[in-house]
Amino acid sequence: MTTDTALEIAGHSFSSRLIVGTGKYASYKQNAEAARAAGAEMVTVALRRVNWSNPDEERLQDALTPSEFTYLPNTAGCFTADDALRTLRLAREAGGWSLVKLEVLADQKTLYPDMEETLSAAKALIKDGFDVMVYCSDDPVYARKLEDVGCCAIMPLGSLIGSGLGIQNPLNIRLIVEQARVPVIVDAGVGTASDAAIAMELGCDGVLMNTAIAEAQAPILMASAMKHAVIAGRQAYLAGRMGRRLYADPSSPLAGLI
Amino acid sequence: MQIFLNGEACEVEANSTLLTLVLSLGADPRGIAIERNLEIVPKSEHASTILQPDDHLEIVQFVGGG
Repeated sequence: MTTDTALEIAGHSFSSRLIVGTGKYASYKQNAEAARAAGAEMVTVALRRVNWSNPDEERLQDALTPSEFTYLPNTAGCFTADDALRTLRLAREAGGWSLVKLEVLADQKTLYPDMEETLSAAKALIKDGFDVMVYCSDDPVYARKLEDVGCCAIMPLGSLIGSGLGIQNPLNIRLIVEQARVPVIVDAGVGTASDAAIAMELGCDGVLMNTAIAEAQAPILMASAMKHAVIAGRQAYLAGRMGRRLYADPSSPLAGLI
Repeated sequence: MQIFLNGEACEVEANSTLLTLVLSLGADPRGIAIERNLEIVPKSEHASTILQPDDHLEIVQFVGGG
């Protein structure tokens, strides 16, 4: 049986190809259980003002410790390159990590990435020493430009953030995979396990998801389903699927029929 | 004297340092980052940075996010 290689991103090595978010859960405790059930080694985190009014508020870092999970600070909520740079510089100071997820959004309604601002921010961050995993549209041309400026992972959307609509343009995802020399990770849009499997069958190196697990009726069970879906999709990709035929091809021998 | 902390006006004693401010607020100094007048102040300088009137501080930490 073909054994899989590790997922390598900017010198970090991961055996899990599923990255999970830490938003929208009932509690950080449930979040941590889901991340473990997903087999995730990396979690995305956001950076926000300290809430002085409630000092007893549970802290992310108590439930999901940076020693158990690699933190991937994001720039969610940033709509300009400058906002994203400011946020990630603070994240690097807070955590000491230079591996980050860049996302620069265009508008609140779609949270679609603003690719012009994203490319500009990616260049500035890489110049400043960051390892940039970049959330992007499923445009193969911009994906190539982001790789050319030095992004360490290309993360196209399957569909809009939080939509659960799956991979709307598998052709584009495949085109991005074909040309990429860095890992391609579908980020956003996964709704259920089959979506994750499809991403992996297309040859993606990993999947990043949040809402599909957090908003499932039973998040821990869905996290486990996603773990298996990513593994199944990856193995199917490595195995190489059969060709498609228009007509039937019998599996039982035609010779010796009575 | 008055400073601005996370967007809100706030009174602090003159000659307070960043570290004394953080400790007085009850924040866990681990895992936070501080920006003072749009410049990041490294953790190693929190104890030696003396606040000035009208300083604008942003004190942030990691929270859940996708």
